[in-house]
Amino acid sequence: MKNDMKQIKHHLTEPLLMGYAAGTLPEAFNVVVATHVSMCDDCRAALAEYEAVGGEVMLETDPVAIAEDALTATMAMIDAEKNTVTAAPKRKPSNIFPAPLQDYVSGDIDALKWRKVGGGVSQLVLKTSKDASVRLLRIPAGTAVPDHGHRGTELTLVLQGAFTDDDDRFGVGDVEVANEDLNHTPVAEVGVDCICLAATDAPLRFNSFLPRIAQRFVGI
Amino acid sequence: MLTETNAPAKAGVSAAIAAAAKPDEQRPVKAGKRVVTGDITSKRMAWVVQIYAVRDNKDRAAFAELFAYFAPRVKSFLMKSGASPDLAEECAQEVMATLWNKAHQFDPTKASVSTWIFTIARNRKIDILRKQRRPEPEDLPWGPEPEPDQAEAIGLQQETEQLGQALATLPEAQRKLIERAYFGELSHSEIAAETGLPLGTIKSRIRLALDRLRHAMK
Repeated sequence: MKNDMKQIKHHLTEPLLMGYAAGTLPEAFNVVVATHVSMCDDCRAALAEYEAVGGEVMLETDPVAIAEDALTATMAMIDAEKNTVTAAPKRKPSNIFPAPLQDYVSGDIDALKWRKVGGGVSQLVLKTSKDASVRLLRIPAGTAVPDHGHRGTELTLVLQGAFTDDDDRFGVGDVEVANEDLNHTPVAEVGVDCICLAATDAPLRFNSFLPRIAQRFVGI
Repeated sequence: MLTETNAPAKAGVSAAIAAAAKPDEQRPVKAGKRVVTGDITSKRMAWVVQIYAVRDNKDRAAFAELFAYFAPRVKSFLMKSGASPDLAEECAQEVMATLWNKAHQFDPTKASVSTWIFTIARNRKIDILRKQRRPEPEDLPWGPEPEPDQAEAIGLQQETEQLGQALATLPEAQRKLIERAYFGELSHSEIAAETGLPLGTIKSRIRLALDRLRHAMK
């Protein structure tokens, strides 16, 4: 758990919280939401409320008939499973990765298999379902990520360091939600390397020619 | 929202919850047909009592009541989310079995029974229908609270009830839109930021509980 939680200024949007609560987001987005919620009490509370909405939606649906022997079958299932309930393994809150992220990347940041994507930036793509993608980005202190626009939605959550984008500063725990309207040039602050968790449901498109060529090779 | 002044002091939870659900005594609890009397919040507290009965006494009659009410709704939710009737039936039974197995994890100050069962069904939907891994937020060590505070529990059940009523009285088009979002018929970019629901009370309550927890851990 991060102790600079109070400083989080940039939060998840309501549609993302609702989508997570409903269980309808791509897995890549769920990784970002679960990681941010692990760091942000505000969004954890807001998520609980959207889950409550889901419960009420479920109560409002017209009930459908269940099998005659459903209860008996369920009791049989319970009796058969009786002793198989095992406690979830404790996850270690050691490094900059909150628990949900540790299920996708194990090990110290320096031990990870970073791949250079140009401009000093490295990435590590996490394995998720294909409807969207999520990666860790490591941006050297003081470096800019090339100006780029978006076709879909891009979520960028800061795990270490900070970046600025025009007038906004994004520190640890802050999440930037960018859509088609936003062209941006995030710049990592001087000091430590900026490590972000970035998810997108469409390929980024870079606005200058060279990065666009590079994009084909790195698969951003 | 309960204020400091009308919130009763912490009490033994079983007695307190039983007292809160008292209007239930006016109806035959174990009859197959539900006759709901008293105010509706007592129905929600009755569900809490039933989950405690499952947790503490492996009470099959209490489980049967929860099953009769929730299983058809869980199945309906799963079918509207795209499951075939057979798959929805199977999943609904698994959801109810999970309720039995995880009854000790239920905390009425953090979620109402409907919310809790919904999240179990939602998780099952992701596992089975969407076949995705399911990243979940880091667990919070709710350690310092030995027993859930009954005023908090009642408050949360009431607020959830109010949310349900607000949903039911939304204009048809708006309500349909929210339902479609939860059934997975809308993508996140199609979900409206404004739901028309009076949101904020449950969030404030949970937020306060989190603040207390953080304070207690210092």
